[in-house]
Amino acid sequence: MRIESEKQLRDYRKKLIEADKKLVKKIMVCHGPGCLASGAEKISAEFEKQLKKKRIKGVSIESVKKTGCHSFCEKSPLVAIEPAQVLYTRVQIRDVAEIIEKSVKGDDVIERLVYHDPKTDEAIEKYPDIPFYKHQTRIALRNLGKINACDIDDYIRVGGYDAAVKAVLHMTPDEVIDEVKKANLRGRGGGGFPAGRKWESCRKIEADVRYVVCNGDEGDPGAFMDRAIMEGDPHTVLEGMIIAAYAIGAKDGYIYVREEYPLAVINLQKAIEQAEAIGLLGDNIMGTSFSLRIHINRGAGAFVCGESSALMMSVAGHVGEPRAKYIRSVQKGLYDQPTVLNNVETYSNVPMIISNGADWFTSIGAPKNSGTKAFSLVGKVRHTGLIEVPMGTTLRTIIYDIGGGIQKDRQFKAVQTGGPSGGCLAEQHLDLSVDFDTLTAHGSMMGSGGMIVMDERTCMVDVAKYFLSFLVSESCGKCIPCREGLYQLYKLAIAISEGRGKEEDIARMERLSDHVVVGSLCGLGKSGPNPFLSTVANFRDEYLAHIVDHKCSAGVCKELIKFEVITEKCDGCMACISACAVNAITGKKKQPHIINQELCTKCGACVAACNRDAIAVF
Amino acid sequence: MKHDLAKIPEIIGRYPQQESSLIMVLQDIQKEFNYLPCEALEQTAEALHVPLSKVFSVSTFYNAFSLTKKGDVVVRVCIGTACHIRGARQIQEQLETALKIQAGETTRDEKFTLEVVGCVGACAMAPVVLTNEQYHAQCKVHTVKKLVSKR
Ligand SMILES: Cc1cc2nc3c(=O)[nH]c(=O)nc-3n(C[C@H](O)[C@H](O)[C@H](O)COP(=O)(O)O)c2cc1C
Ligand code: FES
Repeated sequence: MRIESEKQLRDYRKKLIEADKKLVKKIMVCHGPGCLASGAEKISAEFEKQLKKKRIKGVSIESVKKTGCHSFCEKSPLVAIEPAQVLYTRVQIRDVAEIIEKSVKGDDVIERLVYHDPKTDEAIEKYPDIPFYKHQTRIALRNLGKINACDIDDYIRVGGYDAAVKAVLHMTPDEVIDEVKKANLRGRGGGGFPAGRKWESCRKIEADVRYVVCNGDEGDPGAFMDRAIMEGDPHTVLEGMIIAAYAIGAKDGYIYVREEYPLAVINLQKAIEQAEAIGLLGDNIMGTSFSLRIHINRGAGAFVCGESSALMMSVAGHVGEPRAKYIRSVQKGLYDQPTVLNNVETYSNVPMIISNGADWFTSIGAPKNSGTKAFSLVGKVRHTGLIEVPMGTTLRTIIYDIGGGIQKDRQFKAVQTGGPSGGCLAEQHLDLSVDFDTLTAHGSMMGSGGMIVMDERTCMVDVAKYFLSFLVSESCGKCIPCREGLYQLYKLAIAISEGRGKEEDIARMERLSDHVVVGSLCGLGKSGPNPFLSTVANFRDEYLAHIVDHKCSAGVCKELIKFEVITEKCDGCMACISACAVNAITGKKKQPHIINQELCTKCGACVAACNRDAIAVF
Repeated sequence: MKHDLAKIPEIIGRYPQQESSLIMVLQDIQKEFNYLPCEALEQTAEALHVPLSKVFSVSTFYNAFSLTKKGDVVVRVCIGTACHIRGARQIQEQLETALKIQAGETTRDEKFTLEVVGCVGACAMAPVVLTNEQYHAQCKVHTVKKLVSKR
């Protein structure tokens, strides 16, 4: 079957919905990044195995859906029972039989497996009632956790490809561009440039060949939103690209996927084949003269290849070195042809804008920042996971309401957004609204969506040192101020972290940062000093403590810290003794242990092994 | 691991014989052999009509490529931001001590290669270690050695 009209799509959907109604229960086994890492595949296989043997009315192996990221990764592996909206957390293989018996065959809820409020210990059965989900609004991530990732039928059933059909069959390219412009969809890959304007400039250039490219490089370490979308809802990316290609008049599209994401490549490839099979991709889409082939390029592990011009170099088979931008890629991009490059999440928003209209989209979010933004909420926050919130939500809501506050009730210190180009915001910034302009105004940036929460045990000098080290190894080396300047900043940061820094080093680093910013071609160098600048702006005292007092209050910088057993707390369980790789700890059973400072390498294994918090780091 | 260099022409033949296929060809070779054998670089250069120097330049620019052999088990410690904040450096040090090699090296018996990588996309489960394709979530400093104890 090929879909060539709106009616055909609607009829087909009706059939799918009818078929779906026959399944009275669905078991949504999350196959998102976090759950896969915690063994989700074994869980879904176990459900299938057990259901094969059982006969339950209205339930079959079809009821087991391997969905994209359900998002509450901290509690993975997750299994949701639909339509009851019951969410089971930390599901083990041994729980499967009980879930089938009680919640699939019966309608009971297994209290032990549902989320419990950490403060009141109250059990919350339905996931929409869990604070983690309650404050979210889902546009780009709308289908994650709801449909089978690799099934075009599931995607169509929940409204998929409506927008593509509407755009290609009932709208002119200019109307599509106007709608996206009116929606003020800003690029979700970091820069926040309006997508509609980009498409318009590309369309206006005289050319026979144009390209649409999707940036799935997701180089920001600590971010996995794009991975979750590409793996869990690949069709939404394709649909967004189809609409963009139609709008600008492109016949070829490329998706550049980070090499660490092999599953994203597999799922996108499957999705492309499925869409081609019903005429939504390939030649003469929906029976029109519009054709589009989408190709997948795997990245090869270079952060700088997320940058637009480097990415296009890499797609063409070259080393990924950025070029100067006096000619923009909408004019001369991939293979020197006009090219539109957008981020995965940007494309995922497009179908919803076309289906629901620009007014709907602008009604969500903040002024000049319409819509939502997805974040990977990670670090020292209690509830890590994948979230999507309306722009304008405060950092406090994200960290405390959605994220449930800091792990182990420790003290909040900072939150890092924007990846290696971004910055660290402090306590006094918690009530800032999260949108492109506000974050930039305060020395950080939106970035692609990594949001890393840090607590009192995170050292800000170490964070700056970490990002500098990352950038030093990822700088492509073309611009000397970036390659050498960042290296010198890194060396100075090391000196400070080791207690060898001087007070004037801070000013020296600030001056050097200016040079790096001015003298670099691409965003990597231009924003490379940001992590240093923002930590020194907000946490200067911590720098001074390292330099003047030779103290790292977070207990991170090895040269400045010491490990010691707190005699009153130690019950002599010997766990630390067996954890220590260098035999630096001695002591008898049931008697307080002692750490030999000469031998101690400060590796932290003893702290991790002690379950009485009896080893102090200071 | 024994390598069948006779496979190289077949791998090169999977893509159009042009410069833009270079990265994809090298990726497939890397996948097959776990590194880029010298012969493969030469044959790729010839088949795709690209100077050998350029093949070399691309092979050394991207982190995914390696010019030296790797061990049977490649242990990759994620040192992305989320993992760093949750103690990836300690995890790395424990593995370095246990394997008696530094990150980037291979054990003498060619069983293990230890690498660090900047984010593998499971940040919510930090710290993360991969042994070949297998993820290990929320690794603990004092127990991570177990991942490499089956020597
Ligand atoms: C060093 C560097 C790395 C980047 N990495 C990414 C990335 O991993 N993913 C991404 O979408 N954009 C990345 N960008 C931004 C892209 O250059 C580009 O602005 C973006 O993909 C455009 O899409 P958007 O307008 O939809 O955000 C990076 C930029 C720089 C300077
Ligand atoms: S930071 Fe380690 S998986 Fe992302």
